Amino acid sequence: MVDVLEPQTAAHDDHGHDEHHGPSGIMNWLTSTDHKVIGLNYTVTSIIMLVIGGAFAMIIRAQLTTPNGTVVTLAQYNELFTMHGSVMIYLFAGPFAFGGLANYMVPIQIGAPDMAFPRLNALSYWLYLTGSITMLLGFTVAGGAADFGWVGYAPLSDALNAPGAGADLWIGALLLTGFSAIFTGVNLVATIFYLRAPGMTMFRMPIFTWNMLVTGILILLAFPVLTAGLVMLYADRHFGTHIYDAHHGGVPILWQNIFWFWGHPEVYILALPFFGMVTEIIPVFSRKPLFGYKGMVFATITIAALSTGVWAHHMFTTGTVLLPFFSFMTYLISIPTGIKFFNWIGSMWGGQIKFTSAMLFAIGFLITFLIGGITGIILASPPLDFFTHDTYFVVAHFHSVVMALVIGGMAGIYYWFPKITGRFLNERIGKTQFWFLFLGSTLFVMPGYLLGLKGMPRRMAIYTLHPEWQHLNVASSIGAWMIGFSTVLFVINFLKTMRSPKTAGPNPWDAHTLEWFTTSPPPHHNFYALPNIRSERPTWDYYHPDAPALTHDDHDPSHMPGAAKGATK
Amino acid sequence: MLERVNDPVDNPGSGLVRTRTSRTRRNLGLAALVLTPLLLSSCTVPSFGAASGVTDTSHKTYKLWQGFMITGLIIGGLTLFLIVFAALRYRRKSDAIPRQTQYVTWIEIVYTVIPTIIVGVLFYFTIVVENPEVARVAHPPAKINVVAFQWGWRFSYPGYPNITTVGQTTQNPVMVMPVGETDAVTLTSLDVVHGFYVKEFNYSEYAQPGVTNRFDLHVDTVGSYQSQCTQLCGLYHSLMYFKVVTIPAASYHSCLSSSSDGPTFVACAEKALTTSGSEMNATVRTTQGALSHHG
Repeated sequence: MVDVLEPQTAAHDDHGHDEHHGPSGIMNWLTSTDHKVIGLNYTVTSIIMLVIGGAFAMIIRAQLTTPNGTVVTLAQYNELFTMHGSVMIYLFAGPFAFGGLANYMVPIQIGAPDMAFPRLNALSYWLYLTGSITMLLGFTVAGGAADFGWVGYAPLSDALNAPGAGADLWIGALLLTGFSAIFTGVNLVATIFYLRAPGMTMFRMPIFTWNMLVTGILILLAFPVLTAGLVMLYADRHFGTHIYDAHHGGVPILWQNIFWFWGHPEVYILALPFFGMVTEIIPVFSRKPLFGYKGMVFATITIAALSTGVWAHHMFTTGTVLLPFFSFMTYLISIPTGIKFFNWIGSMWGGQIKFTSAMLFAIGFLITFLIGGITGIILASPPLDFFTHDTYFVVAHFHSVVMALVIGGMAGIYYWFPKITGRFLNERIGKTQFWFLFLGSTLFVMPGYLLGLKGMPRRMAIYTLHPEWQHLNVASSIGAWMIGFSTVLFVINFLKTMRSPKTAGPNPWDAHTLEWFTTSPPPHHNFYALPNIRSERPTWDYYHPDAPALTHDDHDPSHMPGAAKGATK
Repeated sequence: MLERVNDPVDNPGSGLVRTRTSRTRRNLGLAALVLTPLLLSSCTVPSFGAASGVTDTSHKTYKLWQGFMITGLIIGGLTLFLIVFAALRYRRKSDAIPRQTQYVTWIEIVYTVIPTIIVGVLFYFTIVVENPEVARVAHPPAKINVVAFQWGWRFSYPGYPNITTVGQTTQNPVMVMPVGETDAVTLTSLDVVHGFYVKEFNYSEYAQPGVTNRFDLHVDTVGSYQSQCTQLCGLYHSLMYFKVVTIPAASYHSCLSSSSDGPTFVACAEKALTTSGSEMNATVRTTQGALSHHG
């Protein structure tokens, strides 16, 4: 099937005229407004941030291997976990997903030549890069980097408790990356609403694109609130306001409300793109359509809507929030999340599953995210949250979730790498990397749950009084270092692959969506021609004109009374 | 039990079963073997890493924890089984295009409705445990004011203006509470947000500047519980210790009346702890395994 040549590809194969459109090399990288170049800039920058944030994690885990760790000082430890969280959340996970892969893939998936606002897109990237550098510069100033946790709770983040310039750089970095995210959100929403190719109706869009639309809307809802909160924090620090200052009539808890009003939707801003990647990958390698496509869209929209009404479940122990309401809203999120799980399983069910690295990572995502999801339901119960709040149980819970995202992100990289570069990442290294990452993540998070139940608080540089916590901490650290090693394998694989020939062809996975119709890598404006778009799977339809039609239980003749089994085969 | 109920449904009228069905049957049997003891024998439900604690609400929280863990393990185990089963059972054997099933409405309805019901049940039990935990008695027989600061604690006892305990970091200040009486705790902070958390109470609450929180604790076991601040509060967060000493209510009140200041009160309480601790040791050992590592 794959040897069917696309006429438009063959005709343009040897022209190579894209290279002559604009500057090349470093100038192309600096001046391009092409969503693919910007998407790659984002992806590479965010993976560098992943490595930096990961290096901080390695030091943190080294410090915790002994009860009186001496790898870093108490002050350095506070800086390290603050910057670890900040780099991972603000500079890696979001930008990698919505700035990197989404930027690259969404226009191609809907048959558009570029994002709706290419220059705004470039501005987004440069704000993001500037913000990232700004945050890391914190280590170079007197007093060191920000050291009040990635949540920056007032009043620990005020001028009295955090007098250094590191805190200001942290605020500045968040403002810059925040605007970058907002502009990307605008771009995604506008692109998806206005630039879809003829025939690409809303309910024919790939799920990844659907998820990025919802993510874009969530960004527009949540990020401006954080920006406002940060401006007020900066004003408290430098302009003499007392918005978060309890001693002068201010309300410190306001920061927590504002922060989490952004922070919980942010969890889904981070997660939805990775859900989308996995949702693309599982059906393709099962050779089946996505099971329950419309239910999946409904689930995504429901998750996003609910996520705006659950922020105070981070604040159950403040004694200032309406517990039953936020608890119930949080429980409700598990219903659409469950729908997603069963749709993923349903997509594999009865399929012909090929275990490529991408598919392995996708299954690793399902299992790791399942653990994070189940423990999330436990934390949604206020009595159980009182019991485990601010202990390693919570740390383990959200690391289950974010490690699932990292694994899902790797699935996305292995899946789309042939499209972006024309080259296959090495499968053998990929699978080795998978096992180190997956087993490392499990070994890293599982001791955390037990440590939390034993009462180990989070953000502890030393645990002098509890030497009995050491064994579990060592196990957790070994898991973390396995994750670190898997990242080294990925870098090796990347460097090795970039020297190999371009053998991928337009559609190496026999995939479903439009990005697999064009060349690998795609030309300057993405397509020489488009196929007819008559379903969610235009590329599949093109390559399999005589494949069995989609079945629905209501219309499947084999389910009708008297029909012979297997009649539709 | 489960196996017998399921058998006739799966294989009506068949004594011998073939490979696929017998595998399914063995799986069901295995599930029944694992689940039935869990569901039926509530007194031997595993702790899942937690402990029952030493207050009336901590016991209920512990039971809720066990219920959630059992539910979570069943749902998580089932989902994990389905993921792994689907992945292995349907690995690629040929290049044939499988049946392109996209919607099976009744299955989708089932896996929307059943989680909704489960969520309803979990929420119900959450409320049942939460309501008494956040309730406050009108006239508490004992009161204590807790003030957190960087990086220590101040404990004072309303009605006894001379008795105040203050200490920071490794000075490990002592908070004394009565056993068998409701103690009303008010909690606030002088500077940043701190976390008041006692593992054996299965409970925590923020100490916040500008907010005075009140919660009631009803301790039922004599003991000494090493604790520390859980909410990041700056440089010496890792060292912001405190210790809770719980003594019989009679000793508590007599110590309060007889002591002239904080240190003498704490000394009196720790003496009462040693005396009553040796009496109650046996009970503590058998009912509170989790306390074994506390002096």
